[in-house]
Amino acid sequence: MNKVYSKIESITGSVITVKAEGIRYGDLAEVDTVFGTSLAEVNRLAGDLVSLQVFAGGRGISTGDTVRFLGRPMQVAFSENLMGRVFSGSGTPRDNGPALTDNPIPIGGPSVNPANRIIPRNMIRTGIPMIDLFNTLVVSQKLPIFSVSGEPYNDLLARIAMQAEVDVIILGGMGLKYDDYLFFKDTLEEGGALSRTVMFVHTASDPTVECLMIPDMSLAVAEQFALQGKDVLVLLTDMTNFADAMKEISIIQEQVPSNRGYPGDLYSQLASRYEKAVDFESAGSITILGVTTMPGDDVTHPVPDNTGYITEGQYYLKNGRIEPFGSLSRLKQQVNGKTRADHRALMDGMIKLYSAFRDTLEKKAMGFIMTAWDDKLLKYGDLFEKKMMDLTVNIPLEKALDLGWEILSDCFSPEETGLRTELINQFWPKKD
Amino acid sequence: MIGTKGTVVAVNGNMVSVRFDGAVSMNEVGFVKLGDKKLKSEVIRIRGDISQLQVFEVTKGISVGDSVEYSGDMLAVEVGPGLLGQVYDGLQNPLPKLAAVAGNFLERGVYLDPLSVDISWAFTPVAKVGDTVERADTLGTVPEGAFTHRIMVPFNLYGTYTIASIKGAGSYTIRDTIAELKDEKGNTIPVTMSFRWPVKRPIDCFVERYKPTEPMVTRVRLIDTFFPVARGGTYCIPGPFGAGKTVLQQITSRYADIDIVILAACGERAGEVVETLKEFPELTDPKTGKSLMERTIIICNTSSMPVASREASVYTAVTLAEYYRQMGLNVLLLADSTSRWAQAMREMSGRLEEIPGEEAFPAYLESTIASFYERAGTVRLRDGSIGSVTIGGTVSPAGGNFEEPVTQATLKVVGAFHGLSRERSDARKFPAIHPLDSWSKYKGIIAAEKVGYAHGFMRRGSEVEQMMKVVGEEGTSIEDYVIYLKGDLIDSVYFQQNSFDAVDAAVSPDRQKHIFAILLHILASQFTFPDKNEARSWFNRLRQKFLDFNGSEWQSERFVSLQKEIESTVSAQSTGLDKAAEKVLA
Repeated sequence: MNKVYSKIESITGSVITVKAEGIRYGDLAEVDTVFGTSLAEVNRLAGDLVSLQVFAGGRGISTGDTVRFLGRPMQVAFSENLMGRVFSGSGTPRDNGPALTDNPIPIGGPSVNPANRIIPRNMIRTGIPMIDLFNTLVVSQKLPIFSVSGEPYNDLLARIAMQAEVDVIILGGMGLKYDDYLFFKDTLEEGGALSRTVMFVHTASDPTVECLMIPDMSLAVAEQFALQGKDVLVLLTDMTNFADAMKEISIIQEQVPSNRGYPGDLYSQLASRYEKAVDFESAGSITILGVTTMPGDDVTHPVPDNTGYITEGQYYLKNGRIEPFGSLSRLKQQVNGKTRADHRALMDGMIKLYSAFRDTLEKKAMGFIMTAWDDKLLKYGDLFEKKMMDLTVNIPLEKALDLGWEILSDCFSPEETGLRTELINQFWPKKD
Repeated sequence: MIGTKGTVVAVNGNMVSVRFDGAVSMNEVGFVKLGDKKLKSEVIRIRGDISQLQVFEVTKGISVGDSVEYSGDMLAVEVGPGLLGQVYDGLQNPLPKLAAVAGNFLERGVYLDPLSVDISWAFTPVAKVGDTVERADTLGTVPEGAFTHRIMVPFNLYGTYTIASIKGAGSYTIRDTIAELKDEKGNTIPVTMSFRWPVKRPIDCFVERYKPTEPMVTRVRLIDTFFPVARGGTYCIPGPFGAGKTVLQQITSRYADIDIVILAACGERAGEVVETLKEFPELTDPKTGKSLMERTIIICNTSSMPVASREASVYTAVTLAEYYRQMGLNVLLLADSTSRWAQAMREMSGRLEEIPGEEAFPAYLESTIASFYERAGTVRLRDGSIGSVTIGGTVSPAGGNFEEPVTQATLKVVGAFHGLSRERSDARKFPAIHPLDSWSKYKGIIAAEKVGYAHGFMRRGSEVEQMMKVVGEEGTSIEDYVIYLKGDLIDSVYFQQNSFDAVDAAVSPDRQKHIFAILLHILASQFTFPDKNEARSWFNRLRQKFLDFNGSEWQSERFVSLQKEIESTVSAQSTGLDKAAEKVLA
């Protein structure tokens, strides 16, 4: 019963209202305009008034245009044919390939029962010491990369994608600059990863509403692959654009705004996406790495702030490096107890000393005389930044641990490190 | 009884407006019919013949005209034997059973019995026919794990009753009638071993409420020695994300000296919740030698579960805590995180289009937080036994700023404050509780004046450190420098604990007292050093020994020999005791 309605009562931004009956919350409709057909989603019911969000936006919609309800919520076609393909936020192909319609699956489904989850237990090796050694990435983890605009966050995301040992990569681009979209496509292609990648891309010039669909489509597809036993890595960039799209639409709909104009359910909205990260007991897994740009490098901004409380840690990208302070992998202790006996102690010990180095740096900047201890810290900090923090360093974890001990022994005596004697006896480099 | 019926007239997010016919009460539970499913909801506003319901599920698929059934009951939990060891969502749906029924995903509209109706419990009557009883009086007992579970007169039976009949010792399920009570009018009321209680009403079946005085040992040195928590008291742990709130809660839930622990994960990360879910059954309770899960109830709402369910979860948790308190047990409720609970309140308030208060939180935020924490307490029951509910809530202030409304409202009503600091967690200091910002109004395991003396070094040490930032190390006297080093020593060997180390992760009160005495002696000793480098390296060596000492098994050979080494290192360097400390040390 695809009834057609040809009287649009009101148009505000991308939201149109029609009088209709028997419509279900969350259903889809098609709106025919002179510019073509666009999908729209029911997002409010009040009596016989139905509000719809038009994916292509409200521009050019006429009160005389027709609305046809499809009687079902948003879906995405799922099959192996998705591999290597690129789609827009409304599910239409962005490449020149054919449209996919077989095996439609709903998006935005329920979350996994926590009782059926397994404890995260496998590390994802990246070859980046600031990740592997200090904040290990774990299968099924959800982690954002907190970053200021201008930082090479997409490069970092692409690099992790290339080096991470996974079966499928899903890239969800929200408000991407066209150049960035091409960068991802080229990088994955050059690295030979495109054939195991599916991309859902909303670019900055596409309609805002389509941006909202990207995470749900990416994650619905990821979930199907994971249920088939695949280990899937979902890259979402940039989640701040996603939140901003939500803000734009909720304000147009005259919702009471919460902090800084964002909708009151920002936390729930972000959470329902990030919580899709999972390791199934009898199937595959989903790991989510997202980019959250912080307006004005302000971590208290509602988007990074809410994100931080949802995700299992975060990588702070600052001055082209992953900052040891603020960066955190909450799940690292699930895996770093099994890597090497010195991993945990070295991880904490080196950061404690790096923190002392930062204090000394401050003292130095204020013009104080440096003590012998300060000099040691300065030497240490310099070595640490060059040999460990530089993002171009690409070494396996074990090499990074050895390198850590080497740096320590170059700068300090054993008891200055605060590390336990038994570890020092085992790992302190023997020099003549 | 057939309740009121209604029809959906509007849908906006998870709020549904329903036109009803008959009587509807505030906070009443209603079910929105969606095909063959019924979605649980709660009435949160009534205007004329329209009631607004907060649906505890995703509302996709609901249309105008769908029918709604009102239950006539407020949101309630079922209490009775079999609660311990369970993992529930905020609406008391047993999650592992749900997984068996519905599979990997949380399907909408599936509600299961919170308590097993198949298990037979070995009932022993305590009361006898003819006895006069009131609500919460014990009718009999059943063993539940390591505890004696009291089968009580349901708390919603106000007035006095005479026992008309009671079952003899034997095996019964929670659906079997175990006694019949006669009220003053001569009506007979059958009672079973379980009943329902509305979560938003505190259980008030006690004679007197006491001031919390007895310490609740957590085995975290910084808490037990410096900022203690009392049984029946309240405390809060605010901190920015990543400062270690969750790890601290996990450690407390394992080692706290308490009978029963209820964990309320309110909008928690599933990856962390699953750790608790899977690990608890494997861990042994240090007190009983049985699985830790046998004395634990987990209320688990991951952050992606519907907001209304999250809002309900802390009430579900505290109601279960109060229920076990009625058995004369000491119960600890750990709520993680109350900010997400407050956020859920904010979200619902926004949906209701209420005028927002500070930071868009509803105007009733403070009173709601206060009345939640007020449900803690040590009480004397009618039979003279004492039970307690201790509430520890974490707060996740936006941007780690303690000035925000949730932290401030919480600070007003709690007895201890364990403020976590970003600087300390950045420097990998665990626990990252800030020793200068935190406070406690409760009595700890070590005399206050000793603690005060030690704390003084931390404070003065920090002052010297600040001063050094202005005048430089060269501008600081060696006496001040030694104070700074002493402060640094307490910080690194007493305040900080190695959560990965089997020995150091949880420290018994005896051991805390023992090492505190050694440390106090070091603090009170006077040392003379030729220069600051010499002083620093001597303290470095001492710290090294102390760290090894902290990692050695209590009273093992290694423990004893390391203690001797520490003592001889100190006495070789010491030139006597600080006069002011003699009284404290005595």
